[in-house]
Amino acid sequence: MPSLGADMEAATLVEWLVKPGDRVEKGQIIAVVETAKGAIDVEVFESGVVEECYVEPDTKVPVGTPLARIGSGDRVVAERAGPVPEPALETKPAAVETAVPESAALSPPIPEPPPAPGTETVSTVVPEDGRLAASPAVRRRARELGVELGNISGSGPGGAIVLRDLERAEAGGTRPERQRAGFDRDEMRRAIAASMSRAKREIPHYYLATTLDLHAAERWLEEYNRERPPESRLLMAALFMKATARALLRYPDLNGHYDERGFHPAERIDLGMAIHLRGGGLIAPALQGAEALALPALMTRLQDLVQRARRGGLRASEIGSASATVTALGERGVDSVYGVIHPPQVAMIGFGSVRRRPLAVDDMLAIRPTVDVSLAADHRVCDGHLGALFLNEIDAQLQHPEAL
Amino acid sequence: MNRDQLRAIVLEELSTIAPDIDIAHLDDGARLRDEYDLDSMDALNLLTAVHQRLGVNIPESEYARMHSLSALLDYLEPRLDE
Repeated sequence: MPSLGADMEAATLVEWLVKPGDRVEKGQIIAVVETAKGAIDVEVFESGVVEECYVEPDTKVPVGTPLARIGSGDRVVAERAGPVPEPALETKPAAVETAVPESAALSPPIPEPPPAPGTETVSTVVPEDGRLAASPAVRRRARELGVELGNISGSGPGGAIVLRDLERAEAGGTRPERQRAGFDRDEMRRAIAASMSRAKREIPHYYLATTLDLHAAERWLEEYNRERPPESRLLMAALFMKATARALLRYPDLNGHYDERGFHPAERIDLGMAIHLRGGGLIAPALQGAEALALPALMTRLQDLVQRARRGGLRASEIGSASATVTALGERGVDSVYGVIHPPQVAMIGFGSVRRRPLAVDDMLAIRPTVDVSLAADHRVCDGHLGALFLNEIDAQLQHPEAL
Repeated sequence: MNRDQLRAIVLEELSTIAPDIDIAHLDDGARLRDEYDLDSMDALNLLTAVHQRLGVNIPESEYARMHSLSALLDYLEPRLDE
């Protein structure tokens, strides 16, 4: 069970998307788990053959528990009841040790699978559509819609079932029977409480803020969006994210994780985006490799992330892994937001509301679109001087939106 | 398509974007952003859905002036049969 953030101790395996004997590729979604943050897709971190699934659906297990064994395929465990054997040392349990290494030290992994005596292996729970060609995304969507894949003819390559086939099937009158489980509000509250209390207890925050002139960014954005249909338009939030990612690239002391051995800068910018969940709650999945994404791609990923955060379907790799986080409360009309750092990260960047304000421009008074940007940073890693340079770099990036 | 049908379609798309909104009791004159907590991403998703479903491409500058459901319907209604 991968750690999906420092605040998570256990999660429930909801279902397997693979069975013993299946070949899996690195990055493939193999299981769905239920956490305080809602249903999360778990990816596999290496390619191989699923030899055995250790945990049965609807079982709650602590973080660090091996879920399955991925190997060469020599020791596939067929359908069989009985105690689960301990994994051999040379085979790596899937989705555990490799999952979120930086959090491993915070929530000590459990070295051996703790199988309940007499537990059946999960090979008995093969999905009925096991042999149909359909991607995990399609399978997930099908479950959301309550559509049986076996009743659908695929129009994709090699007869594979693709998303549009599902939409068609659903339009044909099949109604969803079971909604994908959402997040548990009370549990999420507790998780946020634990994480934020730890942040305030352990991280010596320092705070900086400055007001940015968004004249250039807004003009550019209006021009960009003018002739485009809504589906290809950009939001100012995408510019904020990209400018922040670029600035983090230049100031790596704000991008990484802090544990008892000290600070470890991250290799790339996995920029967390605080997303408000309707009905209460907050989640900050990461936009992975944000510094390298062109604005249209970044915008698409951002929309996808927000949608999946609210409907379920975030991936494990997106949840525990952000190297810094942005919160944009501006939508709700407040001028400034001073964030609480999400441990083990070391920086939280806050964007307030984009608002027209009087601003001195050269020697004149002008009415300009502005935003207050703030930084909460970990004083153990860097000082306010660096933080100030960082905020100025965000400003510089936003003055040249065409280059973002 | 009459206004009721149009309203039903827009509400359907709205409830996909914001499932917590009680569309049965939606106040057509209320500000979508403030009363129903629609952020700019939600608004863009609504415009995208309207464009794909009804074929009406609402420019950003026009949308900025539409604050409520009834304003949105007023804009859409005369443009449906073009």
